[in-house]
Amino acid sequence: MNSTLNILRKEIREMMTRSTLLPVVVIAILLGAMGSMMGGIEEAVTGAPTVGIVNDDTHGDLAAIAVGIVGNLSEVVYDGNDVDEGVTAVDEAGGVALLHVPANFTERITDGESGTIQIYWIMRGAGLLDSISSEAVNSVLWNVNRAISTHLIDANASVNSTLALNPTTRTETTIFGDKIMDGISPGTLGSMLSAQSFVVPLVMMMLIMVAGGTVISSMGMEKENKTLETLLTLPVKRGSIVTGKLVASALIGLVMAAVYMVGFNYYMTGFSASGELDMEKYDIALSALDYLLVGISLFVTLIAALALCMILGTFAKNYKSAQTLTMPISFLALVPMFMIIFKDFNTLPLAAQVLLFALPFSHPMMAMRSLMFDDYALVLGGIAYSTIFAVVAIALTVWIFKTDRLLTGRIGKKEEGRSKTLLMAISGRKR
Amino acid sequence: MSTSIDKPGAGGASGPALEVVNLIKDYGDFRALKGISFTVNEGEVFGLIGPNGAGKTTALRIISTILQITSGNVRMFGMDVAKRPHEARMILSYLPEDAGAYKNLTGNEYLAFIARFFSQSREGVARILSKGVDIADLGDRMGDKVDTYSKGMARRLLVARALMIEPRVAILDELTSGLDVINAQEIRKIVKDSSRNGTTVLLSSHNMLEVELMCDRIALINDGEIVEMGTPAELKAKHNAQNIEEVFMKVVS
Ligand SMILES: Nc1ncnc2c1ncn2[C@@H]1O[C@H](COP(=O)(O)OP(=O)(O)OP(=O)(O)O)[C@@H](O)[C@H]1O
Ligand SMILES: [Mg+2]
Repeated sequence: MNSTLNILRKEIREMMTRSTLLPVVVIAILLGAMGSMMGGIEEAVTGAPTVGIVNDDTHGDLAAIAVGIVGNLSEVVYDGNDVDEGVTAVDEAGGVALLHVPANFTERITDGESGTIQIYWIMRGAGLLDSISSEAVNSVLWNVNRAISTHLIDANASVNSTLALNPTTRTETTIFGDKIMDGISPGTLGSMLSAQSFVVPLVMMMLIMVAGGTVISSMGMEKENKTLETLLTLPVKRGSIVTGKLVASALIGLVMAAVYMVGFNYYMTGFSASGELDMEKYDIALSALDYLLVGISLFVTLIAALALCMILGTFAKNYKSAQTLTMPISFLALVPMFMIIFKDFNTLPLAAQVLLFALPFSHPMMAMRSLMFDDYALVLGGIAYSTIFAVVAIALTVWIFKTDRLLTGRIGKKEEGRSKTLLMAISGRKR
Repeated sequence: MSTSIDKPGAGGASGPALEVVNLIKDYGDFRALKGISFTVNEGEVFGLIGPNGAGKTTALRIISTILQITSGNVRMFGMDVAKRPHEARMILSYLPEDAGAYKNLTGNEYLAFIARFFSQSREGVARILSKGVDIADLGDRMGDKVDTYSKGMARRLLVARALMIEPRVAILDELTSGLDVINAQEIRKIVKDSSRNGTTVLLSSHNMLEVELMCDRIALINDGEIVEMGTPAELKAKHNAQNIEEVFMKVVS
């Protein structure tokens, strides 16, 4: 046979392994799932938004027009005269906003100034997909504006043309968690938050990929270079071996992450300069304690992640297989990262919440935003969970080191594979 | 973490250097050792021979505490190695058949790394290290990375690693594999010397001449069972053979 063809066939057979194909399949599924999630949201946008109305301009005809339009184009779950009550009602009904028409609405327009509609946004999450629902309300308000404009023009009202074309303005207040933030829309807040809370997931990803890769390959290399057996016969506690590997890779990971972060920081300064001032203004800036909590969460999770990598690393037969083993870990870190970018923990369906909580990587990623909105329970719960996860994973690793599974490659009592192939696998030889 | 090598015996245990009783090892449902028993006295050189796949490495790994026992017993100076692996590791030294050293370290660094497990004091480490350098006998190359060593050089470094700590029990799997005639002879002499200094040696080999030269007693393993055991002279007499190679051929085939 043509020898080039022969080589080609061999190369393809070697490259098309399960471990090279699996990541691709997982990415495809992930993207598909995200696409359909987006689709669902987009459909929701076209539907009528759920709102509440507080109309204090009870005798004004223009206010009546506004209320009428809102009533036609949206589902009104509250129509009363108490803003607080209205906000609560809309919130409970799962609505988007409370629209407040002030007492001087009509009067101002007829006096030649624009009438103000006060919007109280009820924001539930700061993910990319969480803020989209405000579009529907915006479109209702655009219709209100046009209807009043039409009315003014039809009635030949004695207002100047600019006002006639654009008779209403709005002021916005965003209510998110316990915070009431005047003068900011959910969209602005969302993008501000995502710029801010992008950093931790990124650091986390970097740490896991670098440090996790280090620890897994160190296991693979011990086997490939035949140093493992000697190491295991040395008078050193198995816990020390595990600790040494964990701490070393954690340190390497932290140094690497720090280097990346310096670069990233320069990149971000342009964006965040204004953002940081705003944080103070809206009372969502993080305190020193908050940063400490983020740090603790990050550290505990890193240890948990590394212990998990170490368990995976016990499967690594050599350097190459170690590389492929870092894949699943990177995915475990990617999943929460995407979930968090698109949705807040609180706005996710229960199943997704359980999944997100169960992945220890999620917690530091969510920590910053949770702390901004004083959700200490989630952060502390996450730290507790990650700690337990880390302890269990380390204990499991030490246990594996105490058995002969590292050398025999057996995890269960009975596993497939005849002795010969396993022996080959251990000694790292090609079959 | 570890006691000094100046205090051998780890807790004053006593008994023969090695006592292997009815040792069985299963890999899944494959039985690699089918109940082997032998005793090695202190200061003895004991050889395991047998065809490929007979179970020599398996036995040596179990005695070295890195494989778990399916059933049976291994006692080192009266101490159960399965129950007290850490204590056993303080007094034993295992040389795997195809061991490697950390490639990024130099020969010196590698020996120093190992030495630090066996002595807490700087002088202690220095003493072990200088013994190691003597045994390895690699001259200037000790300052080079292990990566650049030839197979034989690396093997010498590993032999030095195993013997420099003056273990009470040295477990050497295919001691001279990969070494040329001169190097092999030298290494044999070093092992013999340490045995004279009180180290008990358990070795495996495919070199029948080596076994005959070095071992006080031999066990022949075939298919997970000991099929012959005795001094080289006894075995030759029993099978009416000129040398151990003939004994091997007669017993195994
Ligand atoms: N990790 C393992 N998993 C399954 N079977 C194994 C494993 N290690 C060894 N075996 C099997 O156990 C038997 C004994 O192997 P062992 O390595 O002890 O032989 P050996 O006497 O050292 O051979 P050699 O002279 O070739 O080194 C062989 O049949 C081998 O296939
Ligand atoms: Mg062997």
